[in-house]
Amino acid sequence: MKHMNLTRRSFMKITTSAAGGLAVGIHFPSMAEASVEGAAAEINAWLTIDPDNIVSIVTPQTEMGQGAFTAVPMMVAEELDIPWENVRHVYASANRHVNNDNLYTTTSTGGSTTVSRRHPYMMQAGASARERLRVAAANRWNVPVDQVTAKQGWLTTEHEEQGTIQGTYGEFAAEAAAVTLDEEPAIKAYGDWWLLGRDVPRLDVPLKTNGTATYPIDVSVPGMVHAAAMACPVPEGRLVSYDFEAVKDMPGVIAAVELQQVKEVPAFTDLRSGVAIVADSWYQAQNALAVMPIVWDYGRGASISTESQMAEAMQLISQPGALVLNEDGNVGRRLDRGVNHDAVHGIIEASASQVTGEVYYRPFETHATMMPPCAVADVKDDRVDVWTFTQDIARSLNEVADQLGRGTENVFLHQTYLGGGFGGGYNMDVHRQAAAISAAVGRPVKVIRSREEDIAQDSQRPPVWGTYKAALGEDGLPEALVTHFVGDEKFPAFSQRGVANMPYLVPNRRHEYSAVQNHVPIGYHRAPGANSTGFIVEQMVDELAQAGGWDPLEWRIKMTEGNEPWQRVLLAMKEKSGWTTDMGRGEGMGLAVVASHGTVAGCVATVAVSRRGQIFIDKLDFYINSGYVINPLAAREQAESSAIWELSHAMFGGLVIREGRIVNTNFDSYQMMKMADTPPEIVVHMEMSEDQWWGGLGEPTGPPTPPAVANAIFYATGTRVRSTPIANAEL
Amino acid sequence: MSITLNINGQDHLIDVDPQMPLLWAIRETVGLTGTKFGCGIAQCGNCTVIVDGNAVRSCNTPVAAAAGKAIRTIEGVSENNDHPVQQAWQEFTVPQCGYCQSGQIMSAVALLEKSPDPTDNEIDKAMAGNICRCGTYPRIRAAIHRAAELSKT
Repeated sequence: MKHMNLTRRSFMKITTSAAGGLAVGIHFPSMAEASVEGAAAEINAWLTIDPDNIVSIVTPQTEMGQGAFTAVPMMVAEELDIPWENVRHVYASANRHVNNDNLYTTTSTGGSTTVSRRHPYMMQAGASARERLRVAAANRWNVPVDQVTAKQGWLTTEHEEQGTIQGTYGEFAAEAAAVTLDEEPAIKAYGDWWLLGRDVPRLDVPLKTNGTATYPIDVSVPGMVHAAAMACPVPEGRLVSYDFEAVKDMPGVIAAVELQQVKEVPAFTDLRSGVAIVADSWYQAQNALAVMPIVWDYGRGASISTESQMAEAMQLISQPGALVLNEDGNVGRRLDRGVNHDAVHGIIEASASQVTGEVYYRPFETHATMMPPCAVADVKDDRVDVWTFTQDIARSLNEVADQLGRGTENVFLHQTYLGGGFGGGYNMDVHRQAAAISAAVGRPVKVIRSREEDIAQDSQRPPVWGTYKAALGEDGLPEALVTHFVGDEKFPAFSQRGVANMPYLVPNRRHEYSAVQNHVPIGYHRAPGANSTGFIVEQMVDELAQAGGWDPLEWRIKMTEGNEPWQRVLLAMKEKSGWTTDMGRGEGMGLAVVASHGTVAGCVATVAVSRRGQIFIDKLDFYINSGYVINPLAAREQAESSAIWELSHAMFGGLVIREGRIVNTNFDSYQMMKMADTPPEIVVHMEMSEDQWWGGLGEPTGPPTPPAVANAIFYATGTRVRSTPIANAEL
Repeated sequence: MSITLNINGQDHLIDVDPQMPLLWAIRETVGLTGTKFGCGIAQCGNCTVIVDGNAVRSCNTPVAAAAGKAIRTIEGVSENNDHPVQQAWQEFTVPQCGYCQSGQIMSAVALLEKSPDPTDNEIDKAMAGNICRCGTYPRIRAAIHRAAELSKT
């Protein structure tokens, strides 16, 4: 088979579809909601068109509530020019992708990139198919191709003798599949769109109102048994022994399987040392696992706790850390944040107007996706089938092959809907568990993590501590600023994002970091890094503004002069939010702006705090500059979702570690936002810059929400909340 | 032990541990997978079903306790995905990941059967046992009010 990198030029090399042109074979699992019926022709790997003019568009990204299964078909359909009612979405084959040189470029689904980073080649796939349909029609009708139009599913020409001739895309699909283009068409520019930019309800909504959407936990395979697994409750620890004899006669119990960790310290996606019980039902497996005697070697983690990490962080932050110059990736201009960094400490020491910050802190948080991690594996000698919680089907397929020591040719990893992702579907080993157990017992198996096991074994969002020192100039603005943030040893970058590269320009600037010892595995957690650092930076900014006698909104406008994406957001806030720092006793308005994933997102929060210290968040008002928006309805939904997600952690969350274990076990000890806690009014303003770009929208409203609320609490009460959960603050 | 469960108007004779949670009987024994597992301790509401008119967390209800009672699951809400609550859920594009939504819908259906035009306060109380990690709460609230409207016409 030919290599099919979907770069623009390489489309030309694809003369027929992978399966020879007809009736193909886009793979979709039996429980997929959409299917290709009849003889559908594959125009390219991204789409098939059946004789009834129904177009099935392949989505390599996973659908976890963020709208990929609507956004990807929209981008392809925009270029193909087919009525939206004719569009169906189908799952991509991870096997085909992996074994054909990454046919779909990537199946990774994170970082708010499905639209922002993937649109060029997805739109190209639609444009290429459209042009090949035109060529096929021109050939059959014997007219020049420039006299054939392709619009809304119809190919049309005005023939000299026969008058108007028309045919549907479906009538020409098989011929189009064999067409080679001399040159690939360019994709459309903003302004030429007919579908993108419109409110389009997500295609998967109806399946999710009657229980028919299939998640990994719903998959059943004939002969399947069930497993409950347990890894060492102290991460990095190892299994020493277990007593299967003690539980082997319990109802339904079939076997125990040791889960073998290969490396001394596993990578985040390696199989972790542990043991599983296999039984006729999950209930029986879980019951036996719960009482089976198990001996663990807890390892170094047993001496690590929230208290020990806190003490270490406070010690580290009181002395100079390592210098960080800057991290690129911000919206707008690339700026050198490490300005005159060797002199910063001296300037601050010598200044008559020093500002010394206190220490801010965000604790560990967990993903707690509503579907606990789950995987089904059917390992046979000649074929492996897996359904799993993953945000990257290709990565998980490769990991399953690695786990089993096999090639990837006969490994099939099937997409399903995900019961939430939020970054948790990357650093995950549940598919390795299922594959290892199925191989050991020689039967298909479903592994479900109990919620307790999920929280204990999740790759968590790490804690971040931060503080600062500044010297103010005569105008009250900072002349010199040093920030010092402390992260964890496994993923220190998460304590740097949005700090080293903050947009506020200080003439003398230095950023330092340190890292605490940490044994807990780390994962991406919706807007990773910015979600914690934003809370610290955007309160620091309010403190600096206050110290210099500046209004916090005016301070931000002044300190980002010339940075158009930020200016647009800040000026919109000034114009529309009714901004004031003086609402009267017990009420406050606070703001924060954080850039992440190529988008600048601002939040204005209005809160009331009762005399007894109870916090009511009355309103969240968002100003978002993401550049292009292809589906404003879905964009607003994501903006609300990210904000509530992150506010949930900031108000109620926080993991506690004692003797290396996570103390929180389930939703009784890891609280989250519910209906009654949700702000009654959430408004979303999309503020588009004229100088356009493509920013992401799955995450950016999260980071500014907690600091906006904390700033509002300050103006309501005079008390600054420097750590979360905010609900625990003494007000 | 043999137990008869009446689910969505149909009797199912099953042979299970009477202490097994109703959730697993519905999902694994009977095979109706629309009802979801979330926490196992009645804290998230993913597993909500309606038993004799009341919203119940099936993950910690022993199957024996549901014997002989009228159990309704998401599959029994309507034939064609067109119960007023489902219509409103679609109109407001409520679900995101969707995993909690069977439970949310069952809680909303039970609420509206008792209180056809609920206040925000009643909604807060009735929905307090259902967590949505995607944060679709504002749309759930709006959709419950809309379903109340649709039910009147």
